[in-house]
Amino acid sequence: MRFPRLAARIIAALTLLTTASHGYEVEQQMHYPSTQDGTVLRIISTADLNVFEPILLAFQDMHPSVAVDYVVVETADLMHAIYAEGASFDLAISSAMDLQTKLANDGFAQDYTSPATQALPDWARWRNQVFAFTQEPAVLVVSDDFFGTEHPPTNRDELIALLRESPERFRGRIGTYDVRRSGFGYLMATQDSRNSEAYWRLMEVMGRLEAELYCCSGEMIRDVASGNLALAYNVLGSYATSQLAITDGFRIIELSDYVNVMLRTALIPVTAENVADAQAMIDFLTMLETRPDLIAASNLPSIAQETFRANTALRPIRFGPGLLVFLDQLKRAAFLRNWEDSLLQN
Amino acid sequence: MTATKMHPTASIRQNLFYQLAGVAAILSFAFFLIVRGVAEQAAEMTQDGILSASATAIADALRSEGGAVVLDLPYSALSMLGTLNEDRVFYRIYTDQQTLTGYPDLPLPDERPRRGEPVFETHEFRGDEVRAVSVMRPVGASGAARNVIVTVAQTRLGLEATSRTITTTATGVAAGFFLAATGLSLWAASAALAPIERLTSAVARRGPYDLRPVTADTPTELVPLVDALNSFMTRLRASLSRTEDFIAEAAHRVRTPLATVRTQAEVTHRKLNKPEHRLAIREMIRAIDESSRSAGQMLDHAMVKFRTDTLASDQLDMRALIDEVCDRLGATADLKDIDIIRDLPDDPIPIHGDGILLQATLQNLLDNAIKYSPEDSRITVSVTPNDALWVSITDEGRGFGDADLTRLKTRYTRGANVGDIVGSGLGLTIADEVASAHGGRIDIKPNENGAGACVSLVLPRE
Ligand SMILES: Nc1ncnc2c1ncn2[C@@H]1O[C@H](COP(=O)(O)OP(=O)(O)OP(=O)(O)O)[C@@H](O)[C@H]1O
Ligand SMILES: [Mg+2]
Repeated sequence: MRFPRLAARIIAALTLLTTASHGYEVEQQMHYPSTQDGTVLRIISTADLNVFEPILLAFQDMHPSVAVDYVVVETADLMHAIYAEGASFDLAISSAMDLQTKLANDGFAQDYTSPATQALPDWARWRNQVFAFTQEPAVLVVSDDFFGTEHPPTNRDELIALLRESPERFRGRIGTYDVRRSGFGYLMATQDSRNSEAYWRLMEVMGRLEAELYCCSGEMIRDVASGNLALAYNVLGSYATSQLAITDGFRIIELSDYVNVMLRTALIPVTAENVADAQAMIDFLTMLETRPDLIAASNLPSIAQETFRANTALRPIRFGPGLLVFLDQLKRAAFLRNWEDSLLQN
Repeated sequence: MTATKMHPTASIRQNLFYQLAGVAAILSFAFFLIVRGVAEQAAEMTQDGILSASATAIADALRSEGGAVVLDLPYSALSMLGTLNEDRVFYRIYTDQQTLTGYPDLPLPDERPRRGEPVFETHEFRGDEVRAVSVMRPVGASGAARNVIVTVAQTRLGLEATSRTITTTATGVAAGFFLAATGLSLWAASAALAPIERLTSAVARRGPYDLRPVTADTPTELVPLVDALNSFMTRLRASLSRTEDFIAEAAHRVRTPLATVRTQAEVTHRKLNKPEHRLAIREMIRAIDESSRSAGQMLDHAMVKFRTDTLASDQLDMRALIDEVCDRLGATADLKDIDIIRDLPDDPIPIHGDGILLQATLQNLLDNAIKYSPEDSRITVSVTPNDALWVSITDEGRGFGDADLTRLKTRYTRGANVGDIVGSGLGLTIADEVASAHGGRIDIKPNENGAGACVSLVLPRE
């Protein structure tokens, strides 16, 4: 049973990869055949296969007649695929709340209401079109090797002070997102700029210290764990936690002044062909809370209102037209100009 | 008494109720329209207000850099639009025939906005109705300023949802108002009519001959009606008592001279020898007796009419009344060798009523029994207390034959069996009227044990 299923998956993956020709770059693709004849659910997602596979398989356990096509792309490519190309997917899952919001605002998402979606807190859904199913903080990751017994900074002011105090120690050894390349990095940076004046000071200091710029959390964590970097700012917390299970050498710090919490969301594009299964998947995702096994397997923290009550520094990013502001071309150009001015001083 | 035909028109209560309910319905509907109108206008004004605040915030952020218009879109300008609802938001910044940023397909306002005067429009955009506001702002040095149009649009789904809620609420409130007002109308109509009802029942409670003026509390509006009624009754009473007085007076005036004439006739009769002369005088005496009896009965009848008007309700003993009447007529009975058997209980029989009238009744019944019985017979006066009190007078006389028993009680009606017995046909009429006034009746039937009649006064049990 297991073997033919795996073989079928690989074959399907290979054929799809070779025949595909889109205006967007497919990073990974996998076909999960159904055990019974039935429908195909086509998902476009920004979540890596290894993160999402347990969820997909659990979904198929409950819906054995649904085959799943899972395509992994970058956040910007997901936007491009649906917004510009009208690509036909049944479900779009993305960590870029702003882009998902824009898709819904500009009329690319379908309405869906069910008891499961109604049970979500208000801040975890928008227009009954965008549904959040994880809450993932942006954290500071520090190297054990570098800090040793020294207390790492606990808020942004302390971080700025520390960097200013001993620039030579940190020069070239701090990392953060290249917001020009990473949608998540851009979202966190723009939210930071709204939240605190300290952000621009921090960027200024990091620029002076020749911060390394990264595309992805994975590489930043790898370099912090290996001791190449002393610390990395605005790392995707869920990813860091999952890495901590398999590597050590670093610590995760949720800064105490505030922590931006990104919500991973799903929406059903208007071009969806298999709406029923997409809705079933949304119900399944929004009830992730009831499946601790999957939360553990995927390291995706489910929506839980209590977390925000327990730690008031946590701030879920708010849905709404405000998220469209930093997607404005002039605004984005201006923001990136500022950002480059701060970070790329040499 | 024959009921005169009335033509009842629609009831005042109903009319009043329908009118008040109608007014309530109109007011409720007006209330509904006003509440909905005002609330929807308020909701629209709220959206318009936020939209123009948003557009103004964007316009304020416009500036000129090196001759080019630049914009640092304020976060709050769009985020404020998400505070009230989850409507879709579109914007467009337009200058020099081109779109600076935003949604290039968002329509420009039909009418160019002037400075400080935003233009509001409602139209379709991307599948939904949107409310759009446009403001104009010159940007740059005063000589080379360029006019920039900022348009911000928002769908109206939230507004529609609000409007639905308002409509539901307004409907509910209006319906509640209507129901409450209708209930109150019902109450008000009843309350307004209560005095009339009191008056009606005060008048209806009266006995058939009660012609006293109405003194119940009377609402001002009804005072003329009640006054008219009272004055009518006064006149009626006066007219009735005049008639009775007249009868009594007439009867009295007739009887006295008749008595004289009769005495003279008898004296004359004794003196006459010729049989044809004696016969003529006897017939004359008989006619006199008839007239005298009629006058006496008419007088009694008038008395009955008068006394039943305001019927006395004295505590009486029926046994004593019967005894007295039997005693009084004993002599007459003895003349015919008639034996009056009193089959009475030992104890008194308490009743309420007018003693004089009841005596007159019993006297008439016993008088009939004696009158229509042969010599040397028996008359039984018995009392049977059943569910009602039966005072029965049974004789062994000629009975009623095949006379119509119900008709005997009407005035001046005599049976075919009377022969040459003197009478006026008023006796049973008097008895019947007295019985009715006491809530009872006169029962007429043949004697069950052989020949004769059995006539009973039936009175309700106390
Ligand atoms: N006891 C009776 N036996 C036979 N007939 C009777 C008896 N009582 C009444 N009637 C009949 O009923 C008729 C009506 O009686 P009622 O007493 O009204 O009139 P009346 O006796 O003829 O006249 P009066 O007014 O002088 O009594 C009588 O004329 C008679 O025919
Ligand atoms: Mg008689």
